[in-house]
This record gives sequence, structure tokens and C-alpha cells, in this order.
Amino acid sequence: MLYDVIVIGGGPAGYTCALYAARANLNVLVLEKLAPGGQMATTDRVDNYPGFPDGVEGFELAMSMKKGAERFGAVSQMADVTEVKLQGDIKEICAGGKQLQARTVVLASGARPRELGLPGEKELRGRGVSYCATCDGMFYRGKTVVVAGGGDTACADALYLSRLCQKVLVVHRRDKLRASAAYQKPLLEAGNVEFIWDSEVMALEYADILIGAHLRNKKTGAQTLIACSGLFVAIGQVPETGLFAGQIDLDPAGYVLAGEDTRTNLPGVFCAGDLRAKPLRQIVTACADGAVAAQAAEEYLSM
Amino acid sequence: MAVKTFTQENFDQEVLGAQGPVLVDFWASWCGPCRMFAPIVDEFAGEHQADVVVGKVNIDEEPDLAARYGVMSIPTAILYKNGEVAATLVGVQPKENLEALLK
Repeated sequence: MLYDVIVIGGGPAGYTCALYAARANLNVLVLEKLAPGGQMATTDRVDNYPGFPDGVEGFELAMSMKKGAERFGAVSQMADVTEVKLQGDIKEICAGGKQLQARTVVLASGARPRELGLPGEKELRGRGVSYCATCDGMFYRGKTVVVAGGGDTACADALYLSRLCQKVLVVHRRDKLRASAAYQKPLLEAGNVEFIWDSEVMALEYADILIGAHLRNKKTGAQTLIACSGLFVAIGQVPETGLFAGQIDLDPAGYVLAGEDTRTNLPGVFCAGDLRAKPLRQIVTACADGAVAAQAAEEYLSM
Repeated sequence: MAVKTFTQENFDQEVLGAQGPVLVDFWASWCGPCRMFAPIVDEFAGEHQADVVVGKVNIDEEPDLAARYGVMSIPTAILYKNGEVAATLVGVQPKENLEALLK
């Protein structure tokens, strides 16, 4: 079967694209490697997606977006994409061991949390190192934890952890937070959150489990060891563009170079969501990209 | 065979005392990734009924079981063989990773 649109990635960008494409009577397949929602589904509560005055659980929102697209005929398949051939009129995609074909492809595979890249980090995942505060926070009830990072995710994590942990130390490489004011004020008022500025985690101290973090002050060069049971890493994201490298033009950070019209360097290939080089990565901007990509695909197909 | 629920009461007998391998998914209802993982575990269980017993431990209801096996991140999937931990996977996994544990 030849699909009109294959969407790679079942997050908010992918399912909005599928919704719009299906409503335009295109036959559309969404490929998702794990489960619908992507990063959004791991978010405890989403307060900045309009239409939900009391907030909404990320997972619920993901399932709703999937259902909404499927109501108009979009099809989802849980399969990991292992190879893509994006040149030419017929695009070839290998997913879950099956060969699929489509006339257009929308890249919406998003991003994953960036790791610190320190020795022991991988082994300590689930032994003190975490990339999901809402998943793992309760295992650190009453303990001291470090949050690495200074953006929205780091601050949301620190705020969540401040309600459970005895003490939360936010280690940030700059001298002020990048996070929006909505996160900063409650953090400063929490009482058990301390900030360690101009510093980064340079090594992990551990036996079977994490027992501390070695910090380095970037301005003074001073090194300190902080005793902690948990280290929550929130230092940004890495785009999931590995599969497309060599076919699609990327910026130096690895994001896909596509403008607001979502068009990539290849005809019939579009890019939506966190994967795209852009100034603001939010659920609502991912959805916007998805709608534009569906429109662009429809235009391309009718040429 | 459906996915089982393991508790303090039945864990020693049904997991540690089992003849064959047992895969246990440690989870909680408020954990988004756990809810993403659940259908993957269910599908795996359905396809491997002959090879492996699959069950879940709700860490809110069974904090002692989670502590006993050092679970500090969820979802965590642990494969038990002959009463011992044979493998541990932390985080949401594709079904293929669960299948690789059986080999």
C-alpha cells in the first residue's frame, strides 16, 4: 500500500499532522516507536496548553490527540523506524521490519533528554540518576537531590521535588535561570531550594548507587563534592535526527533546517515539532507545525 | 493468561519460587511513562504466554517490594530466574528489548 503521508513520531506534532491530513482525506500512517505522546506523555501536568483551565495530564492529552486523529481515519502503528529513503517521488521507510511506502513523509520524531555524558551515568540510571522527576521523585522523599539545569524543565523538576525532598540543589552553569517567570517565583518561595550558580556537574560519586556529585564552579574553578541521593538531569534535549542525517539538511546542533512552512531540502518531506530548528519548543508550537505540515503535504500531493 | 498482580503476599511464591522466568513491571498510576509502557508489557505478555510469566507491582501499594529490589525509577522491568534477578531494564522499552531478555 502506498500512503499519502507517513508521519514519523506520535507526539503532538505527529498527531496534529495526522488529524489535519486525515480530515483532508489523505490516507495517513503514524509510526511511533514506543507509545503515543512522546515527551509530552511523560509530563505530569501540562498547564500551558490552552483549553484546559485546570491543566491536563500529559498522558491523557496524548491519548486524546491520538483518538482525535484516528476518528478521521488516521492509522497508528507502534514500530521503530530503522531506515528511511527520502529522495524521489516514492519515499521508502523500514519500520518494525516492514517496508513501507509513501508519497510524502513528515518528520516529527522530536527530541530526547540530553545526558551529562559522565562516566557511570548510564549504569546509575535508576540508581540515583534520573531524567524524569515526576516518575522518580517519590523515591527520594526526605532526601537531598541535585537538579542539573536552569531552563523550564529543570525548574519544573525542582519545584516538584521541593514538595517531596528535604533539600533541592539546582546546579546551573549560568548566573541566572533561563526558565520563565511562572517557574521562578514559586521556586524562590519554596524554602528548601538552593541555587548553585555558574557551576556544572563534572563527575559522579557512587558505589552501587549515587552518593554525591562533584561540582565545578566555571568562574573560579573551585571544585566541591555535594552529598546527594538523586541527580535529576534537565540540561536540554537532543533531536532524534540520527536516521535522517545525510539526507536532510540539519543545523549544527542537529535540528532539521525547515522554515515555518515546514519544508525541508527534499520535495515531499516536511518537518514538524521539536525536531525543527525554531525558537520555542512547546506542545502548542509542535501542534502548529503539525497542521502546517499537513497543509504543505496536501499542496505537494495536488501539484 | 492475563498479566498478574504481585504483592508482598504472593511475590515470594509466584515470582521467586516460579519454575520458569518471571518478568515484573514496577509501576505507578501517576507515572506517565509507566502508562506508556503498560500496553507494551501487555502485548509482550500475550505473545509469550508459553515462555514467561508477566506481572506488575504497584509501587504505591507495595513500597517494600520496590525497596527490596532497589527500584528507584519507574517504570523498571526486572526479569527473575530461579528466585534471582537475571536482568533489569529501567525506563520505557520497546517490546524487542523485553524479547531480548528471554534469549
